[in-house]
Amino acid sequence: MQDAPQLGRQNTAAPAIELRGISKAFGPVQANKDISISVERGAIHGIVGENGAGKSTLMSILYGFYKADAGEIFIGGERTAIPDSQAAISAGIGMVHQHFKLVENFTVLENVVLGAEDGALLRPSLAKARKLLTELAKEYELNVDPDALIENLSVGHQQRVEILKALYRHADILILDEPTGVLTPAEADHLFRILRNLKNEGKTIILITHKLREIMDVTDTVSVMRRGEMKGTIKTADTSPEDLAERMVGRKVLLQVDKTPAKPGKSVLEVKDLRVTDSKGVVRLKGISFDVRAGEILGIAGVSGNGQSELLEVLGGFETATGDIHINGHPIDLTGKFSDGQSRRAQGIAHVPEDRQREGLIMDFMAWENIAFGYHNDPAYNKNVLLMDNAAIRADTEGKMERFDVRPPNPRLQAKNFSGGNQQKIVLAREIERNPDLLLVGQPTRGVDIGAIEFIHQQIVALRDQGKAILLVSVELEEIMSLSDRIAVMFDGQIMGERLPGETDEKELGLLMAGMNGKAA
Amino acid sequence: MDKMPKWADVLLIPFINLLLAFILSGLVILAIGKDPLVAIKTMVEGSFGSTNAWGYTLYYATNYIFTGLAVAIAFHARMFNIGGEGQAAIGGLGVALVCLAVDWPHWTLALPAATIGAAIFGAGWALIPAYLQARRGSHIVITTIMFNFISAALMGYLLVNALKEPGNMAAETRDFPAGAHLPSFHEMLAPFGIEFSKHAPANISFLLALLCCFLFWVLIWRTRLGFAIRSFGHSETAARYAGISPTKIIMISMMISGALAGLMAINNVMGESERLILNSVEGAGFIGIAVALMGRSHPVGVFLAALLFGFLTQGGAELQLWENIPRELVVVIQALVILFTGALDNMVRAPVERLFLKFKKRVA
Repeated sequence: MQDAPQLGRQNTAAPAIELRGISKAFGPVQANKDISISVERGAIHGIVGENGAGKSTLMSILYGFYKADAGEIFIGGERTAIPDSQAAISAGIGMVHQHFKLVENFTVLENVVLGAEDGALLRPSLAKARKLLTELAKEYELNVDPDALIENLSVGHQQRVEILKALYRHADILILDEPTGVLTPAEADHLFRILRNLKNEGKTIILITHKLREIMDVTDTVSVMRRGEMKGTIKTADTSPEDLAERMVGRKVLLQVDKTPAKPGKSVLEVKDLRVTDSKGVVRLKGISFDVRAGEILGIAGVSGNGQSELLEVLGGFETATGDIHINGHPIDLTGKFSDGQSRRAQGIAHVPEDRQREGLIMDFMAWENIAFGYHNDPAYNKNVLLMDNAAIRADTEGKMERFDVRPPNPRLQAKNFSGGNQQKIVLAREIERNPDLLLVGQPTRGVDIGAIEFIHQQIVALRDQGKAILLVSVELEEIMSLSDRIAVMFDGQIMGERLPGETDEKELGLLMAGMNGKAA
Repeated sequence: MDKMPKWADVLLIPFINLLLAFILSGLVILAIGKDPLVAIKTMVEGSFGSTNAWGYTLYYATNYIFTGLAVAIAFHARMFNIGGEGQAAIGGLGVALVCLAVDWPHWTLALPAATIGAAIFGAGWALIPAYLQARRGSHIVITTIMFNFISAALMGYLLVNALKEPGNMAAETRDFPAGAHLPSFHEMLAPFGIEFSKHAPANISFLLALLCCFLFWVLIWRTRLGFAIRSFGHSETAARYAGISPTKIIMISMMISGALAGLMAINNVMGESERLILNSVEGAGFIGIAVALMGRSHPVGVFLAALLFGFLTQGGAELQLWENIPRELVVVIQALVILFTGALDNMVRAPVERLFLKFKKRVA
């Protein structure tokens, strides 16, 4: 109400979108509380906020997935009811979801037309779409081969198809939900060029992201949400990442990791010529070699799906491989016949997996059960050969929860009832307190709120300072740059090169991530 | 936090489900021109009205506890064991072979031996589908169903060609030796001065079933194996991360499942018929699925659900006998109970949950 933005004074035309007093509750959880924003025509408007701040709920209301409990939506100055996504589309709203909604074995054209066919026969629609696609490609740098199958396209191109789908349905307002999560920096730059072109043509763009740098780069105005409330809308030019982070979290946040230079010791992990072929016969790792020393963090950068997951799985003991891996000078079994996650743990490897919800935790288990998970054979957790000592595990969990600031500190709460950051803290507490020689960390802060990111980074650096070796895999280049003592870049199952964080920049790493090696060819 | 209290979840909702099932059953009975109130009275009296009635109800319930636990433990490993029927039948073979092999001096010796025989045979029959699932990816639902048919054919063959006593017209083994006779409730309760019907088939296996409920609970919630089984059941990828072998868990949990189903034979083969007959399982293996579903794979729930289905089986038989309500209709009533408690659970759950939340909000 009173904090409705007052940016549009100079503009005579009505705002492209105006939301007034939107509220939405799920049970007792108030996901959106009296939210009002207005977005000018031809602007790129960012919405930032931590996980669970209500961004997605708000956009889902705008796109007709949810019905608001209260509030009104105005499109182009006209009050519009959006009961379903069909209504949103006819109101000129297009949405590019975080997880694409494309039919993998259809061509680009077929996907664009799907659901918006003109009649029973496909041919006229396809011809029309083909013509439009050629025009759009020229106009906005939105070039994709119309006859390519989706499954053969890169994610960057798949995302363009999603944008084309929206434009084909005459979208004037485009909502993008975390669009750069799966893109290389170069692809992201291309996307932003497309967005600017669209904006210049008078389209309105709403960008939901947690990457503050993108907000600063590309948006005109930005709204900050916190705990379901709108904490104000600002001109991007008048703010800074630090300021936005503070507004999101509600307190001052350290965006830069505070750490001293590494003092690398002896080599802990040595990997030589590691090769992985998956069950479909696709070669995922094409002979990679590297080492990690005690007291250092080796960061593996790369767009997801270039072999990093397989690398972690092999090291964690649940993927087979050929090649040579030594831990503290001892070879480890890669055939899977004599090894599994249990034997890896016994060898001093702890593993914070990439996907905490599918691998690291059992969401229906209580916190204490998750603390025992993977270490359930530990004598400290068992009364005798037969029975587990659940009371001892709960006591241990209480300590771990306190030391890792897990909130709420209730060992009997199911994992799924913790926020992303607290879930990750449970996994970290379990793995770090095992005092491993080597810690594998995959995507430590994916889906984690800014406040918790700070804490998690501190814990990882603290473990390094105790002289442990850490292998960090992350698709967040910023995270790699700020945490790592050395950076290796993976592309297509190979290591494209190693750099020192002080001697490289995002541009060079971005090129390596895209498979372009400055030195070779 | 944003949930309804647990008691409502485990008691109120099943109760509403049951009520709905019975109301609908009442309408069906009304539709064939009978009085639903008389029918329900017949059912209740026929299954709880006398020690004889109790004896039958508990006898059926014992069967269902075993098969229900069998399905439940497989559920914990996210395996759908539909093969309880076959595993119980083969368990019966194990019991018969043990009981007939030796002229048992006393049941205290025969019972442990027969228990082991039943468990091994039942587990063995589950082993092959388990192996095919774990190693070859053949779906456990398909293979266990097929193994039900194979077991039926096998039992028919064996009873006709190998186990039948010469000169007997029926396809059944000779009677078990007197030393293999299990104490019935009548014999068990007589020393306490309780007069229990002589003819009721309920026997000491009921206590074995209760023991299995307890051991089931210990296994699932207090041992490392149970922890591993539950982990695997919730998330296979997570289990692999933790170093829990999927093959091992599938094999072990299915073998325990088969063993529990096999143990049912202690009740019906050794305790009741005292010889092995054709089709001795009588569908209890399938009822076990409903029992496990309704009992939420928890031993207490399985016990209560088994009692319910014991009541439905016994009460249904009474309906047929006294009210001339056809057997098919009794099956319809059972089906309605399964439908409402299993399949339509969410139909009741969602509105009740909303009601609770509304109520809570008003109080808060």
